[in-house]
Amino acid sequence: MQRAEMIKAKILELMQNKTVDRAIGWKRGEFFYDNSPAVFETPEELEDFVYDSFCGANLSKYLVKEAKKDGKVLVCIKPCDSYSLNQLLTEHRVDRSKIYVLGIGCDGMLDIELIRAKGIKGITAVKDDGETLTVDTVYGERTLPRSEAILGRCTVCKGGKHVIFDELVCADEEKEARGDRFEKVSELEAMTDDERFAFWRSELSKCIRCNACRNACPACTCEKCVFDNDASGYASKANSDTFEENMFHIIRAFHVAGRCTDCGECSRVCPEKIPLHLLNRKFIKDINELYGEYQAGETDNGRSPVTNFTKTDAEPSVIYERGGKN
Amino acid sequence: MQIEKKEFKPLIVAFCCNWCSYAGADLAGSGRMSYPAEVKIIRVPCSCRVNPAFILRAFQRGADGVILCGCHPGDCHYSTGNYYARRRMTLLFGMLDYLGIEKERTRVEWVSAAEGAKFASVMNDFVSKIVSLGENKRLEDLRCKEQK
Amino acid sequence: MQRIGVFVCWCGSNIAGTVDVHAVAEALKNEPGVVFSTDYQYMCSEAGQKIIKDAVAEHRLTGVVVCSCSPRMHEATFRKTAQAAGLNPYMVEIANIREQCSWIHKDMPEGTEKAIILGKAAIAKVNLNVPLQAGESPVTKRALVIGGGIAGIQTALDIADAGFEVDIVEKEPTIGGKMAQLDKTFPTLDCAACILTPKMVDAAQHEKITIYSYSEVEEVKGFVGNFDVKIKKKARYVKPELCTGCGLCTEKCPQKKVPNQFNLGMDNRRAIYIPFAQAVPKIATIDADYCTMLKTGKCGVCSKVCTAKAIDYTQKDEYVQEKYGAIVVATGFNPIKPDKFGEYSYNKSKDVVTSLEYERLMNAAGPTAGTLLRPSDGKHPHTIVFVQCVGSRDTRSCGKEYCSKICCMYTAKHAMLTREKYPDTEVYVFYIDVRTPGKGFDEFYRRAVEKYGVHYIKGMVGKVTPQGDQLLVQASDLIAGEQMTINADMVVLATAIEPDKSARPLATMLTASMDTNDFFTEAHPKLRPVESPTAGVFLSGVCQGPKDIPETVAQAGAAAGKVIGLLCKDKLLGNPCVASSDEMLCNGCSSCEKVCPYGAITYSDKEFRIAGKTVVRRVASVNPAVCQGCGACTVACPSGAMDLKGFSNRQIMSEVDAICK
Repeated sequence: MQRAEMIKAKILELMQNKTVDRAIGWKRGEFFYDNSPAVFETPEELEDFVYDSFCGANLSKYLVKEAKKDGKVLVCIKPCDSYSLNQLLTEHRVDRSKIYVLGIGCDGMLDIELIRAKGIKGITAVKDDGETLTVDTVYGERTLPRSEAILGRCTVCKGGKHVIFDELVCADEEKEARGDRFEKVSELEAMTDDERFAFWRSELSKCIRCNACRNACPACTCEKCVFDNDASGYASKANSDTFEENMFHIIRAFHVAGRCTDCGECSRVCPEKIPLHLLNRKFIKDINELYGEYQAGETDNGRSPVTNFTKTDAEPSVIYERGGKN
Repeated sequence: MQIEKKEFKPLIVAFCCNWCSYAGADLAGSGRMSYPAEVKIIRVPCSCRVNPAFILRAFQRGADGVILCGCHPGDCHYSTGNYYARRRMTLLFGMLDYLGIEKERTRVEWVSAAEGAKFASVMNDFVSKIVSLGENKRLEDLRCKEQK
Repeated sequence: MQRIGVFVCWCGSNIAGTVDVHAVAEALKNEPGVVFSTDYQYMCSEAGQKIIKDAVAEHRLTGVVVCSCSPRMHEATFRKTAQAAGLNPYMVEIANIREQCSWIHKDMPEGTEKAIILGKAAIAKVNLNVPLQAGESPVTKRALVIGGGIAGIQTALDIADAGFEVDIVEKEPTIGGKMAQLDKTFPTLDCAACILTPKMVDAAQHEKITIYSYSEVEEVKGFVGNFDVKIKKKARYVKPELCTGCGLCTEKCPQKKVPNQFNLGMDNRRAIYIPFAQAVPKIATIDADYCTMLKTGKCGVCSKVCTAKAIDYTQKDEYVQEKYGAIVVATGFNPIKPDKFGEYSYNKSKDVVTSLEYERLMNAAGPTAGTLLRPSDGKHPHTIVFVQCVGSRDTRSCGKEYCSKICCMYTAKHAMLTREKYPDTEVYVFYIDVRTPGKGFDEFYRRAVEKYGVHYIKGMVGKVTPQGDQLLVQASDLIAGEQMTINADMVVLATAIEPDKSARPLATMLTASMDTNDFFTEAHPKLRPVESPTAGVFLSGVCQGPKDIPETVAQAGAAAGKVIGLLCKDKLLGNPCVASSDEMLCNGCSSCEKVCPYGAITYSDKEFRIAGKTVVRRVASVNPAVCQGCGACTVACPSGAMDLKGFSNRQIMSEVDAICK
């Protein structure tokens, strides 16, 4: 874990020379595979810092609160997280002068569920050499190619570039983007209405309205969510069949449309493994196709296509001509 | 015993902008151009006032079709409102379609204050489309159904 | 909880004919918040309004629902009623059970059921209504008139005579417009120049009027009472303050081959020109498309001959920024080009002319100095065929579906004047109908037929074919029921008129609406014919629809009257249905700011006391004087902080719920 040590050393140095007052990183959770976001206030606390292949959490969102406090806060930002951070800066949710952005490298995170899905049980640790995973289990050691356990969102990657940083550690800015992120969306679009409805009905009916997607989403940073606000008229009783979930997820997707950087946190944190990112990607795909390619968070002053227009935009009837068969 | 088959009467919510389409509907009225009584109009200042949540809410509460009418692009009373509405609705309708909701249940039409006849014919056409689609079952909240 | 009164109007039998009004009043009695419900024959009448006022007092109502005609008709009436009864006027909602119910549904049970639902929606909304106060904004006491034809001139003169400053923006080098090109005017046959040019001079000399000739409106911002307009003064390469209008340059300029637009290209002028002798302002203008000096840098004759040293080849477009309280659109019209109507051979023969060209040929200041001569060979024509409705009342794509209104009369005028001056000339007029509904119009037309012997033939011309030095006109005589041919020396086409091309982009700038033919729409076709639906924008002349000179002048005066009424006020009451931001919910994300067409939203850092701590947050605030209440921001806002008064999220959702229940 040389990379983790180098990052930790850098943070320590920045803390000691008073560049930053505290740092947001990851520390071990209950299990080795659920590393969680943490704020480190002192060099002693920093001892708990970890950075390995189970640090999926996008830390940019934590700045909304942390950057409001006194002093300067360091944040560890993976390449894909940097888009989220830029989007937050675009929306004035974070004061740039209060943060120090430490851009760190990433080889793609792992998904413990995929390892388990190989029939590997009683896992106690996973060693990752970048090519092969060596899995320690109570029944002995197993190995598998790393590529088979990579987190869904990391199979499509925006590349190694940090769109915002103050300093880079162990970063590979040259790493190229990979994967066609709209493959599954296109597949769904090609289905019939009935098939699509069946797919989403079965997926969304799993929703338990735990709000994990919303809480992890770096675009969902409202002071108070409309769904928590009785006065908004949106709020409704939780968890009944069908529509409640539809309503919540459609509106959530709409509220982040044009702002969502496609970081994939919503799907990663969903305890029911609902592919929520496919809702956001649908909007991104439609925006790209109808209004021109747009990557939210590419810069810190972008204008969402949803708050923009051209006089020659497609009419809404375009959807009657597009999409799947009936 | 024969079960009486009830004729399907759809519930249609039409959001109309105050300046063009609502006036167009008034013109249809003063011209006695009839369209089905199933259409219920809600007046909004501009098509850009219509929040996707309103449309979802209508479906949730049992609407079978929702139509949004505004000024023709370029003629918005507020100059740019309908351009925003156009993007928002295109995206929203695309999403509803993606979720498997029949796309014909949602529609946007630009109806000017002078187009009373167009308003009536749009509504006639929309209602007949919805009648052929039948009841909205996919977006309706079952709890609302029970209260009916 | 509100205490709501419901008032169901019969509108005589207009509503009561297809809606059971008693049943509606009865059904709405039990809705939440309703404490009183009744019906009456004419709610808008004084007696009807008294019922409302009495009920407000007796039942201590806090809200009123009137089930009646469209709110576009009587919302203001009932708001005033409520106000007179001591309620806030915005505690009134209208359920439109006439235009959207009784008038379109024939079936009584169906109409009644729908009326009840519409009533319920209005009640649900009123339950969430809150009293609203209109904001105030000041009025800039200056008017802008766009277009310097007779419509614009008359409007400007009337406004200026009332003591207000007026600016006229005219895109041509002179004011005067189309009327300046006319010879005589129907039905009095007085000379157009004799009645127009004094008005042009009056406008130029009026101390309250500023004329921006050869200028265009570039940008319009703001709103009623507070328009901010950018005017482009196109470079005319002549210093207006020095030019005396002596015209020497226009005689000496060596570039002689410039088509003279004033005479519709039937003769030539120089590259530096004054459009016509009575031009106002009488200043020379260099036509940059033809000036040798401007194109090649070699010439400079006009500069050499100008003793006033007024020529300035380096002149650039200038921009003027000015504030106005009101804007009058008087952009006028143009005859359509008949070249798309191949059957009339307009492009094939010089002797096929439009009526406006014929007007110039008759005019003493025209290309033939007033002697009627054929454009092709300068010979005197002995047979002239006039064709009416060229492009008017024509549903083909090249035509206009409307009646251009003025053609019947000016054709009668042309025919009559031709017969009067040249009794040896036979004049034929082909028409679909002759429309003469004006004072003295039918008498005028009959005089042409009866006294001057003009041959009026009901029927359309099918084809005009040049043959030798004549024109073979094939036509049908519908009354005689036969085909006929005429060997004519000239054919005159009464071409349709269409709004000036500059009107469409101007409408976009003004956010004023237009119909499909690009005529500006009025706020109400009968009751507010000189106002645009956009507050503070008024309509004068043909830009609103075809009309003749007396009608134009009447409308110009009416528009001026409306402007004066507006400029007299020191303050305007705004629309209280504006957006407002809940600062506690605002994220400060700027989404709303981006979609606001009026720049009404600003952001600032504010201190908040939250849980005993001071927190600085970036929050949006709306300027209610600038906000026009479209609501674009409310949907752009993800947190629901931005809402629209009078059309709040909860109000609209409660209407949805009431309808879908």
